[in-house]
Amino acid sequence: MPDRTPPSAGPIIAVRDLVVGFGEKIILDGLSLDVMPGEILGFVGGSGTGKSVLTRTILGLIEKRAGRISVFGQDLDTMPEAERRKLEKRWGVMFQHGALFSSLTVAQNIQVPMREYLDLSPAMMSDLAALKIQMVGLKSDAGEKYPSELSGGMIKRAALARALALDPEIVFLDEPTSGLDPIGAAEFDSLIRTLQQTLGLTVFMVTHDLDSLASACDRIAALADRKVVAVGTLAEMVASPHPWVKSYFRGERALARLKG
Amino acid sequence: MPQTIASPGFEIRRDGERAVIALAGEWTLDHGRRLERLAEQMPISLGEVRRAVLDIGEIQRLDTLGARVIDQLSHELGSEGVRVEVTHARREHATLLDAVRTRTAVVDRPPRSRLIDMLADIGRTVVLAWHDLVRGVSFIGEVVVAIGRALIRPQRFRWASLINQLEQIAFRGAPIIILITFLVGCIVAQQGIFQLRRFGATAFVVDLVGIITLRELALLLCAIMIAGRSGSAFTAEIGSMKMREEIDALRVMGLNPVDVLVVPRILALIIAMPILTFLGSMAGLFGAGLTAWLYGGIAPETFVSRLQSVITYKHFSVGLIKAPFMAIVIGAIACIEGLEVKGSAESLGQQVTASVVKAIFMVIVVDGLFAMFFASIRF
Ligand SMILES: Nc1ncnc2c1ncn2[C@@H]1O[C@H](COP(=O)(O)OP(=O)(O)O)[C@@H](O)[C@H]1O
Ligand SMILES: [Mg+2]
Repeated sequence: MPDRTPPSAGPIIAVRDLVVGFGEKIILDGLSLDVMPGEILGFVGGSGTGKSVLTRTILGLIEKRAGRISVFGQDLDTMPEAERRKLEKRWGVMFQHGALFSSLTVAQNIQVPMREYLDLSPAMMSDLAALKIQMVGLKSDAGEKYPSELSGGMIKRAALARALALDPEIVFLDEPTSGLDPIGAAEFDSLIRTLQQTLGLTVFMVTHDLDSLASACDRIAALADRKVVAVGTLAEMVASPHPWVKSYFRGERALARLKG
Repeated sequence: MPQTIASPGFEIRRDGERAVIALAGEWTLDHGRRLERLAEQMPISLGEVRRAVLDIGEIQRLDTLGARVIDQLSHELGSEGVRVEVTHARREHATLLDAVRTRTAVVDRPPRSRLIDMLADIGRTVVLAWHDLVRGVSFIGEVVVAIGRALIRPQRFRWASLINQLEQIAFRGAPIIILITFLVGCIVAQQGIFQLRRFGATAFVVDLVGIITLRELALLLCAIMIAGRSGSAFTAEIGSMKMREEIDALRVMGLNPVDVLVVPRILALIIAMPILTFLGSMAGLFGAGLTAWLYGGIAPETFVSRLQSVITYKHFSVGLIKAPFMAIVIGAIACIEGLEVKGSAESLGQQVTASVVKAIFMVIVVDGLFAMFFASIRF
């Protein structure tokens, strides 16, 4: 949204020469990536190549070995603790498996960050929670339900609603459509598009889903060989010479999708 | 961000029956309650008007809270018969205003009487206690059947799991149980000597400690320790498997969770309890002997020979006979509670607590029943 981020700003997330590993195993090696304000960036890569690891490293949940990460133009390493807390208000995360708090209802889950960060009356908080529930396309009675009573698709939507609780500027989505049926996934894609337009979000979306990439994403980045091997629009990806990107975007499924 | 934060505000320009309300500043979550208060003030300072124009052109930033407050405001004014119009909305603000325009009634639950709630609670507790008992008995039946199956076809029995559990329960549990029974043996002996000394009957401390340790103390301490140590672990393990649908996965593979998870655990407990009780008895007697020697001046030879004359095989066996029954009680309660876990982390916590509390309670009840039984057969 123009009134959120200065128009001339550079990347909202900038990752440079990132190295991440566990023990002997190096997962990401010299990875660089820019996410521009207001875009939906789709992040693809084979299973177990480190897409979630990259997301978690940007979020500060995994220690990096080398490299720099800056968000909103500020380097995360040199940022004072207080700034860091402010930053956490400005991003929302939807984890791969939802990570809803199992002992709280959906509405209470959404109110957790609100209680932590905002000064609002309880009535307004439940009103906003109900609003977020509706915005992500859940029925209003879903607010009263516990995570164990939700279907897979509902869990994803509830997790998205929680990620949006504080009207963040950046949203990280880790495989938002995996495990959804094609219709549900398509609905989810258009939901993300709509929300991105209404709320002026920047979206970093890890996905396997060619449909999502084609219909929801502005740009795509592909992870292979421990780094980002190609970035660009769908057309640019199809033209990429990298073998993995080639086989992913020129496979039969992909071609069918692109023709259709 | 470098920009200065402009706090939200409004200005009213009156024009006959029409009022123009110019909103300005940042209408965002950062201003929380201030926004809510602004929205409360506005209709009051507006007074009597027919038409209100909300001019939101000067709003610098707007998010869902701001949009929602504006939406509620226009709804409220509208319901008082004022014609409301929103003007000069930027495109993105207009989209946001559209998105929040829903009337989700937050339902309030009807108030209920405290007394009725309390009575209902009591009733529920009684019914649940009865269900607990019935379920406990039927579960033990199920376990016995499963153990029978294992005996008929030992090649299908999960030996690895049994050995693993035995290591956890008996091997790793032994040090702490030995330490505790040793200390309690010391304390009982010290108290016994201290009190009996006044009657000049210090030597009877051997009878006291010997009988109480072998018949009751070692077993009870052991059972309480095992309920806290292994019972809680059983409930947490089975419960977290239940939470993640692993139990359902076993069922659909045609594996009976009782065979796979419960029987090895309970059998391990049945084997481990007598061993631990025996170790505990010895440690308790050792502690008592040490205290008697150092504190009461009873020489070890005297202690041992008196012990030999007082303690019969009967006393020794009472503790060991009770041990497997305690094992079944603790194991069954722990596994039942584990299988009762619902989807949430909170319910796991509740069930683990319930498992330990119920197990310790039932151990003491069963011990009381045994005391009556042995007394009536003069054993
Ligand atoms: N906490 C961890 N400890 C050790 N290895 C991990 C850890 N988290 C992830 N990995 C490894 O990192 C690799 C990338 O994992 P991940 O990012 O989850 O894959 P994906 O791209 O499918 O999201 C995998 O090989 C995984 O085994
Ligand atoms: Mg992943």
